[in-house]
Amino acid sequence: MNAIQTVALTKYYGKARGITDIHLTVPEGDFFGFIGPNGAGKSTTIRILLGLLSPSGGTASIFGRNVRDKKEDILPDIGYMPSEANFYPNMKVGEVIRYSAELRKKDCKKEAERLCERLELHMNKKIRELSLGNRKKVSIVCALQHEPRLCILDEPTSGLDPLMQRAFYEILEERNKQGATIFLSSHILSEIQRYCKHAAVIREGKILICDSIEKLGHTHAKNVTLTGVAAAPALDGIRNVVTEGDTVKFLYSGEPGALLNALAGMPVTDLSITEPDLEDIFMHYYISGEKV
Amino acid sequence: MTILKHEIRQGRNSLIIWAAVIALMLGVCILIYPEMGEQVNELSGAFANMGGFSAAFGMDKINFGEFMGFFSVECGNVLGLGGAFFAALIGISVLAKEEKEHTAEFLLTHPVSRTKVVLQKWVSVLVQIVILNLAAVAVTVITMQMIGESADIKPMFLMFFAYLIMQVETAAVCFGISAFIGGGGLGLGLGLAALFYFLNIIANLTESAKFLKYITPFGYTDGADIITNGRIETGYLAVGIMITIAGIAAAFVKYRRKDIM
Repeated sequence: MNAIQTVALTKYYGKARGITDIHLTVPEGDFFGFIGPNGAGKSTTIRILLGLLSPSGGTASIFGRNVRDKKEDILPDIGYMPSEANFYPNMKVGEVIRYSAELRKKDCKKEAERLCERLELHMNKKIRELSLGNRKKVSIVCALQHEPRLCILDEPTSGLDPLMQRAFYEILEERNKQGATIFLSSHILSEIQRYCKHAAVIREGKILICDSIEKLGHTHAKNVTLTGVAAAPALDGIRNVVTEGDTVKFLYSGEPGALLNALAGMPVTDLSITEPDLEDIFMHYYISGEKV
Repeated sequence: MTILKHEIRQGRNSLIIWAAVIALMLGVCILIYPEMGEQVNELSGAFANMGGFSAAFGMDKINFGEFMGFFSVECGNVLGLGGAFFAALIGISVLAKEEKEHTAEFLLTHPVSRTKVVLQKWVSVLVQIVILNLAAVAVTVITMQMIGESADIKPMFLMFFAYLIMQVETAAVCFGISAFIGGGGLGLGLGLAALFYFLNIIANLTESAKFLKYITPFGYTDGADIITNGRIETGYLAVGIMITIAGIAAAFVKYRRKDIM
């Protein structure tokens, strides 16, 4: 079964574009990354999935149920972390966490305590006294304490220090191993590359590509760095040329033989040919919207 | 029930302050009556004969020198205006504050239907208004005992009842508005309450503006009318109840399908 499926999902805010024609399929048990620059439509998509916004067109379903008319049936299965962790400022951490559990009509005391301990979150503090990072932790506990089948996390790690980010991803990986589906949005590529199985790239409201992390990273193009020359060889398939002194860097997607032939006649003193990392590939998507 | 309890807890401090201030002012008004009453008795004629000013506060129709007359004007203004401001304040903010403080995406992503959210929030407004009015009644009864005055039960009860309904109507109108605005609106709510109050004063001043009594909920709270006629003006009240229902209905209809940004 698919945890999330959207078909031709579209949202306009008046005339302003939110997202257009989004097709997404996230199978149950997946660890899915949703990547894109600010304003690309990540939060819009997520808010439609949670029933906060109604789509202008297309459909979205979670565990096979349409989010528009089956919202109350779906929400018990979802743990959601909004990108901005805002709570009632006068309440204590423990009160907010309990309120969330009461709204779910579920006793989550033990799991809440376990999560607070792992995240080093103190239940007695007032929300208004918390830093962004600590408010994020409250958000994490509220999203995970009822052990949902699907976690939808909107930029979950912003504001968390690196140690807490690791603790957080450890918890997510455990949940994922126990069968929960994780869907998270981010613009930090390294965390997507490290933890996710699949990812989709969204830009200007459209999905550019959606595939497994290995396939997304797989490309015929190579990063080439030459030292001792003033310019890149004149070949088809050379892009993104950067020249620094006597060092030339470029991306090559032509025949390897042609490159070697061209290099043979050049005064190259040093040479490296490497796979481009995911970051290079995604940067390319961000900027131009084309695959490398 | 969870949201209702949460709302009452969140509003507790504000309710205590409003109820205490209004009750205190009511109590003081009643306690100074014996002293004022004597002087006023002599001036009663003057009070009733100040033309437009007397009419504005209904003093042309009642005996200001009698306790009930005094109560309907003085205390009516305290509980009427204070209660209307409080009702407007909680009515306009109870839904909108969740969006303003960005807690709506926390609340509405729990498995609770929006209908239930609106319902429980509306009930929390009603509960708070009722508590405020109970405090006012309690202080009135106690201070009346202290000065040894007794009241005509029926008009007294009708007056308190009219004030309660007036506050509910003010809250309902603001509640309906609050479903449409994304946040804030406090000024709008307070302004609306003040507008309602002044519309009633204008309606008291000239016969040609009498129709305004149908629009403002203060129309049916006029103590002078209630004491003179021994009943609440049903025409004004009926329109008021319809406006109340419209306000609540608007909140439900709008909030159920609202985009939460």
